[in-house]
Amino acid sequence: MPPIETFYEVMRKQGITRRSFMKYCSLTASALGLGPSFVPQIAHAMETKPRTPVVWVSGLECTCCSESFIRGAHPLAKDVVLSMISLDYNHTLMAAAGHHAEAALEETLEKYKGNYILAVEGNPPLNEDGMFCIIGGRPFLDQLKRAAEGAKAVIAWGACASYGCVQAAKPNPTRATPIHEVITDKPIIRVPGCPPIAEVMTGVITYMLTFDRLPELDRQGRPAMFYGQRIHDKCYRRAHFDAGQFVESWDDENARKGYCLYKMGCKGPTTYNACSTIGWNDGTSFPIQSGHGCIGCSEDGFWDQGSFYNRVTDLTQFGVEANADQIGLAATGVVGAGVAIHAAISALKAAQNRAALREEA
Amino acid sequence: MSIPQPGPFQPAPSRKATVTDLPLGGARGARRLTAVYVYEVPVRLWHWINAFAIVVLCITGYLIASPLPTMQIGEAAHQFVMGYVRFTHFAAAMILIVGFAARAYWALVGNHHARQIFTLPLFNFQWWKEVWHEIRWYAFLERQPRKYAGHNPLAQLAMFTFITLGVLFMIVTGLALYGEGEGALSWIGRGFGWVIPLAGGSQMVHSLHHLGMWSIVIFTLVHIYVAVREDIMSRQSIISTMISGQRTFKDDRPD
Ligand code: HEM
Ligand code: SF4
Repeated sequence: MPPIETFYEVMRKQGITRRSFMKYCSLTASALGLGPSFVPQIAHAMETKPRTPVVWVSGLECTCCSESFIRGAHPLAKDVVLSMISLDYNHTLMAAAGHHAEAALEETLEKYKGNYILAVEGNPPLNEDGMFCIIGGRPFLDQLKRAAEGAKAVIAWGACASYGCVQAAKPNPTRATPIHEVITDKPIIRVPGCPPIAEVMTGVITYMLTFDRLPELDRQGRPAMFYGQRIHDKCYRRAHFDAGQFVESWDDENARKGYCLYKMGCKGPTTYNACSTIGWNDGTSFPIQSGHGCIGCSEDGFWDQGSFYNRVTDLTQFGVEANADQIGLAATGVVGAGVAIHAAISALKAAQNRAALREEA
Repeated sequence: MSIPQPGPFQPAPSRKATVTDLPLGGARGARRLTAVYVYEVPVRLWHWINAFAIVVLCITGYLIASPLPTMQIGEAAHQFVMGYVRFTHFAAAMILIVGFAARAYWALVGNHHARQIFTLPLFNFQWWKEVWHEIRWYAFLERQPRKYAGHNPLAQLAMFTFITLGVLFMIVTGLALYGEGEGALSWIGRGFGWVIPLAGGSQMVHSLHHLGMWSIVIFTLVHIYVAVREDIMSRQSIISTMISGQRTFKDDRPD
């Protein structure tokens, strides 16, 4: 088997000039928050290291992760990262189809065994032996497990692979299951979001390819550099939050002034993501900037926590959908009424006792 | 911990006895004592500081979840309404936390009444019987309550659940939320961040913290009602005891 080519060789083959390559290295360094001294280090790694193939599989999903990915803000970064990925197998982008495609995947898995990174978009349904998601005539679950066997590490793209997302929303009829519950023996890096931000996706892949290790992860297995803070911590409307200046209803004067969307149910205070720093579509905007609250798409179970327009969770455990305030107020009312009745009976009883005592005397 | 059965006879101590080794709450050994020193200074001080902190925390907590109407005092840079509400919440939270820690310490070194709301004699049948008796008293099925130097068993159960566990729950969830603002690498973030994935996300922690408030509100409602009612209808002092520390009894009848 010929030695695996380096990243640099792959890029040159793709027609990327040395100058562009160096630009890419500095871009990567800054995207990852590294100083200029890292640029030669990244360049050196890319020139000498055999490239790490990335195998990309898709289960129950909507392809928004792929769509986001190919819209990476910087075309250069995107092209380079795309050239690193083994595109022999990616439902959205591959040229092959049918048995050819499946054969190509199998070949990649064999050839790079133990060396490739598995990127998973979507998740497997477990009910009915996984029949709700069939790929090449077999349940996606089988393909996922097969692909995970020889993987060095696994990337869980999006809310689907990380937490389950909409297909796992209650009552989850197909039992769509986040991948960490079926792949238990590999390091999994979660990149949640619906979809994740393109620059976050390319950043994560680039980091893993250049440094040959996982980026620093937080408690939930997300790269800390992108998911270390809440939207709310870096939101440009935060000054209005602290001032207590809120949009009170859609299209009111405060909405025009760009006040904080907290009362409109903004989930920024409970959502970990980089939207308020990196932005979307080449940094053009992000939901809050366009006047709508954050819906918390990168959080666990975001479909099951109630309305997008109310930041207080719906608790369905109580039969009807109600939030903490409704339940609390109702319970307080019931207990308060109970106390009042109890007090009245107590007074009556006391009076009775007194009367009885007087009679005895 | 064992609950002594009421003995056949106990020598009547002098009025205003400062007997500190009375049997625990469940026991009725208090009979014929007319005054017992029950709650030491740290316990009483904590009770009122804790009550004050909880009131402030409930009001400001409610206002965090449902903020005041938008005000136009000045430019956002010169206005800090929500900021002050949150600051007050966090300041009261720190008082609550330090108070709770001090109170837990006092449970170790104070008299045995100070331990009452930190431990439940769950395996003591007699104690459960007295809980039941107390429930019957509140259901108007008993003509008169029993006498207790410390908390009666039902009160002990309620305080353990809603205050000892309840406040601890608020502290843990509150610090988890506080750690989010401080950053995952702060010591609070490191110490309490585990709560967030455990609960199923930040929003869920907010909801649980919020529900915790309502449980404490309901406890407070009942607590105040019952304290006043017992002060009037039971055979012992209640409200003044948490001020002076002395439990006085209204009659000398046994039990
Ligand atoms: C009796 C005790 C307490 C009560 C009744 C209480 C009540 C509340 C309530 C109702 C909320 C709003 C939750 C929501 O978003 O819906 C809240 C938020 C919060 N509480 Fe507490 N709390 C208590 C103790 C604490 C403690 C001990 C801390 C510890 C520092 C704390 C820290 C916080 C924080 C950080 C928030 C979130 C603030 C924000 O989102 O801006 N709380 N509290
Ligand atoms: S708009 Fe949302 S994220 Fe921004 S400050 Fe207000 S609540 Fe926080």
